[in-house]
This record gives sequence, structure tokens and C-alpha cells, in this order.
Amino acid sequence: MEQPLKTEYRGPVEYSVEIALEKIGNLLTQSYGLSKRTIGLLLLQDDREIAELVGKKELDHLAQIEEIIRDAKIHYSYPVEYEIAMERQEEVRRIASRVVRKKRGKEPFAETLSRLTMNPVTGIPILFLVLYVGLYKFVGAFGAGTVVNFLEGTVFEGHINPYVIKIVSLIIPWNAIRELIAGQYGLVTLGVRYAVALILPIVTLFFIVFAVIEDSGYLPRLAMLIDRSFKKIGLSGRAVIPMVLGLGCATMATMVTRTLPTKRERLISTMLLSLAVPCSAQLGVILALLEGRPHAVLLWGGVIGLVFLFIGYLTAKILPGERPSFYMEVPPLRMPQLYNIIVKTYGRVKWYFKEIMPLFLLASVIIWIGQITRTFDLVIALLRAPVSWIGLPDEAAPIFLFGFFRRDYGAAGLFDLNKAGALSGVQLVVASIALTLFLPCIAQFLMNIKERGLKTALGITFFVLFFSFTVAFAVNFVLGNLGVTL
Amino acid sequence: MPITDRAEEILESLWIECAEHAKDQCDTSLLRDDDAIKELISHGYLKIHNHAVRLTQKGEKEARSCVRRHRLAERLFVDVFDCKKKMVHDKSCRFEHLLHEGLDESICTILGHPKECPHGRSIPEGNCCREAKKTAGKVIMPLSELEVRKKAVVSYLHTKNREALKRLLAMGVLPTMDIVLNQNFPSYVFQIGESQFAIDKELASAIFVRVNQR
Repeated sequence: MEQPLKTEYRGPVEYSVEIALEKIGNLLTQSYGLSKRTIGLLLLQDDREIAELVGKKELDHLAQIEEIIRDAKIHYSYPVEYEIAMERQEEVRRIASRVVRKKRGKEPFAETLSRLTMNPVTGIPILFLVLYVGLYKFVGAFGAGTVVNFLEGTVFEGHINPYVIKIVSLIIPWNAIRELIAGQYGLVTLGVRYAVALILPIVTLFFIVFAVIEDSGYLPRLAMLIDRSFKKIGLSGRAVIPMVLGLGCATMATMVTRTLPTKRERLISTMLLSLAVPCSAQLGVILALLEGRPHAVLLWGGVIGLVFLFIGYLTAKILPGERPSFYMEVPPLRMPQLYNIIVKTYGRVKWYFKEIMPLFLLASVIIWIGQITRTFDLVIALLRAPVSWIGLPDEAAPIFLFGFFRRDYGAAGLFDLNKAGALSGVQLVVASIALTLFLPCIAQFLMNIKERGLKTALGITFFVLFFSFTVAFAVNFVLGNLGVTL
Repeated sequence: MPITDRAEEILESLWIECAEHAKDQCDTSLLRDDDAIKELISHGYLKIHNHAVRLTQKGEKEARSCVRRHRLAERLFVDVFDCKKKMVHDKSCRFEHLLHEGLDESICTILGHPKECPHGRSIPEGNCCREAKKTAGKVIMPLSELEVRKKAVVSYLHTKNREALKRLLAMGVLPTMDIVLNQNFPSYVFQIGESQFAIDKELASAIFVRVNQR
């Protein structure tokens, strides 16, 4: 049988890593699912998790083990992990030199493309191209436009909803229950319709784009392009992954902030995701809303971008902590594999529905309760004042309330209002800005609590609530006084 | 024959007065009977003419070399030994006397032929600097200063941040490895072995490389 490869560590003659490993091995009595040699090596390299584990399991020998480790360290002039890495490298080189031969050829196309994506001069236009084609054209125009129109207009409003309403009114005598299932905000007519006809296509298409970008190896290149700018807002280039994902679903992105190395970076990115990163559902509806008004789109994008940078900069200034460090492997660019993309997208959409669908239905139920108990009328009445401050008609107030249950409910409500021709260009921009910045949806609020704790989540929520109206007010004020029409 | 430390200090001061402050003679009446002055005169470095001292040609060459050693020593203390600037002058005053011909060139080369001392005064050029101008820049430098697309070898890692060291090791950045800097803006991208990595300036400044010379 083949022997597993074992690297002999040498080191100073009088005290090698091998001696320390043997001594530690003799003292380890518990099982760890790893060889004693591995445990010993990890201990010598100051692995925190393993040290904690051994500390708990080997109470009798802990002092002795710690002494051996201290002893071993004294005999090396560099940290032990450095010495071990050096010897491993030596071994790798020895093996590789015997079996690997390199051929030098012409630079392949992937290399050229790779360089273009990383050079700021060509890389930034490429980024915009990716965003334009991937997000604007594919997710926005095709997803939120064509597909949603078909599913929502033809399938739901044309066939399912009338059918459900008819059946419900035939078999259910109580009006309240009829409302719950098939009313304006009913479980089927609103909850399922939004989930299946609006969110499903948009989110699925976004996840397809994200999987393609991810598998091609573009993300690390984007991270390296953007690191310098992200450092200004207290993040490293690595944070570009949750941020881009946040354009799909901010709730999922908040969960992904776990991959960031420090608490400070996680907090800053959660804050930004709650405030200034619109999710694909919102993006889709808002882009549809502002369609045909390029200036309005630019203004909306500019204000959101400024808020993103300004709040990031401010949070980074206020929060104490170390500057983040950026390091990332840049793998070669690869052609994404269709099968992998399908599997990934399927997994994500499935997760999304398992987590989000119940919240959708819950939101419908809460809205229903709020409506029949007239609590919502009260809240909406309260919201009328801030809504009118930012120059919107009274009918926009419910949109903000429902916006909390699903950010996109809000945007979709706005869409309905606009279809009725009730809003001017300026009002549309102001409303879009307020809704984008406004309270995260209930799912993201719950995720914030889960990831950052109740206190922080509430703090973020109140700040966002206050700030979104302030910015919308300022934009409305400036545009109004300048007499701009969009 | 080597001269005493005190004599070297006097030579230095004279050279600074003459070469840098553009005077052609100095009043040193206070030091007239000093042993060091006599020593310098007997070596043929100085001439006294009506209470004023003047450097001879030979003296000027020696004085220039003293100043160079002093300022190189200062650079060494700041760049390599990480001394505070205030303490530097004192320490290097003692150290410079040990840096005699040959040794100063090695140190100058390791430091990358610096042009100024930590206090911002210029360091007189040595032979090594003139040679280096013809061939290459520094021999050892942080990766952040390496020219793009130039081949180098990792020489050592230097950072006080233990986490940063671990990250670099995990990337396989180890002494004796070949390294090529592919890009230095907006972040540093380098190739090591078969892998390519992107890092920020802090990490790039912790990797010291030796440039391959033909």
C-alpha cells in the first residue's frame, strides 16, 4: 500500500519540530478526528481553534503541552509557522522539480482579457458593461420587464386571480376571510402573486448572472480594482462580494458578510446593505418605474451612490478598529460551466424560497390583520406627514408601510400608483430614493438581528428610517427650488 | 593611516561649512591648539592660513567620505534598526567611524543607494552609487517598489503584524521563491509559483524582494 506523504521537519539540531511533535503526541489522550501529528503541528503554529479544543479536552496534560510548545518556539528565531512553511515549500519544490515540466507558449486570450479587467483604464468600462448587460438588460429589462409582465399580467391577473376570486367568493361566506385569501393584499392575490410572478423571475435571473460572474473568476478582479476605494469606507476589496450579491438580495448578502474577517467590516457592510444597496426586486421595479427618463435614473443612481460613499466614510470614521487588510487569490479566468450555473442557481433560489416565501405569506397576514383592525390606517395616517414633507401625494403613504414588509412591495405599489398617472418625474425620483434607502424589508431586518444582534439591528433600523426621509426631503427641496422637471 | 574619531568629526563639520554652506574658509581659532587639528594638519588634510582653516584637496575627499558614512549610518539606523529620528544622530556618530572603505559601499547597496539622510540632507555619492545608476536600482526592496513585470526573488518578510505574516505564508510567499509583480495599481497583483494574488499596499510593503541581476 502507498504510504501517505510525510514531511520531515528539521530545524535546529538540538530541538526540531519532530521532537516536539513526538512529545505532544505522547501527551494527547483524546480523539480529534485528526492525527496526533496534525494536532501537534497546528498547536505549534498557534492555531487558535485547535488550542481551544485541546485546552478543553486535555485538562491533565495541558500545562505540559504548553511547555513543550514554548520550548520549541525558543529554539527558532522565526515564528514556528514560518519555519514549517519554509520546509514544506522545500519539499514541494523537490517533488515538483522531478515531475513537472513547463512549456512556454503564446499568451492565451484569457490572460489578455484578465489583464484588461484588472487595468483601471479598461477595467472600469468593463465593469460598467457587465453591470449594464447583466443587471440592466438581463435582470432589469428582460426579467423585470418581459418575464414579469407575462407572469403577472397574463398568468396571474388574466387567469389565476379571477379564478381564485371567483372560487373564494363562491365557497367562503365571510368577507374577512375572503379578503385574507383573495383581497387586495390577500395571500394568493398578493403574497403568492408577488413571490411567484415578481420576485421569482427577477431573483432567479440575478442569481444566474451572479453565478456566471462568480464562476468566471471576475469577482476577485473586481475586488482588486475596487479595494483602494473601499478602504476609504472602512472595507476591503473582499467586501465587493456581499455588495454585489446585495444587488440581488440584501438579506442573503447580509448573511454573506460573515465571510469578512473583522467585526468592524461586517458592521459597516450590514449598515450599507440596509441603507444604500437596492435589491434586485427593487432595482427591477425602480428601473421599470423610471423607464424613459434617463436623467431621473442618473439622478437616482447618483444620490444612492453618494449616500453609499458618504455613510460608509462616516461609519468608518466613527467606528474604532484596525484598517482592513486585503488579500485575495486571483484565479485564471475560466469559461463558466452551464451545469454548475444551473446547480448553483437552483440551490440559491431554493434557499431563497424556503426562507423568504413564509415571510411573504406572513407579511400578507400582517397586512390583513392591520387592515381589519384598522391599525394600519393609524400608521398610514402617521406616515402621511413625512410623506407630504418629501412632496408625495397621500396615496404614497401605504407604500412606505408595505415597503417594510417587502421592500419590493413598496416599489411595486409605487409602480401601480405611477400607472394611474398620479406622479410627476420629480416625485418619482424622490419616491424611488426614499424607498431605496428606506427600512430594509422584514426579512433583512430579521437577518440583521440574527447576524448583528438586536441592539445593533434596531440602531441601524432607526438610523435608516430617519436618514431616508432626510435625504428624500433634501432632494425634493433642491429639485423643487431649482424648478427641475424630469 | 586612520585618523581619530574627533578628527573625523572636525573634518565633517568643515566639509559641511565649505561644501554645503559655500564658504571657502573657516575661523577655527578656538581649536587652534587642539590635538585633532594638529593631527589633521600632519596628515595633510588641512592648511592654516591667518587663523583660517582650509581643506586641502586630499582633505576634502576624506571629509566628504566622512559625511557620507555618517549619513549612511543614520539611514541604516532609521530604515533597518527602526530607531527614532532624535536618537539617530548620537548613535550614528559613534557608528560611522566603523564604516570604513568598502563596508560603507555594502551598506549603501543594501539600503538601495539612498540620496538623503533621515533629516533630509543629501548623502554624497559613492562609487557604488555611480555604478548602480548604470545598472539597476535597489537590490533589496519591498514588493511595493518593485518595477512591474520585473523578476525578483523573495528575500524576507518583515511585518510586526502576526496575522499579516500568516496570510503571506498561506499564499506561499516564502524566501527564495520567484516572484513577479504584474500590476501595482490600484492594488498590487503578483505571480508566485503558479498562482496570482492581489494584495494591498500594507501587505506589499512587508514582502522584501531581491532583484535578479544579470
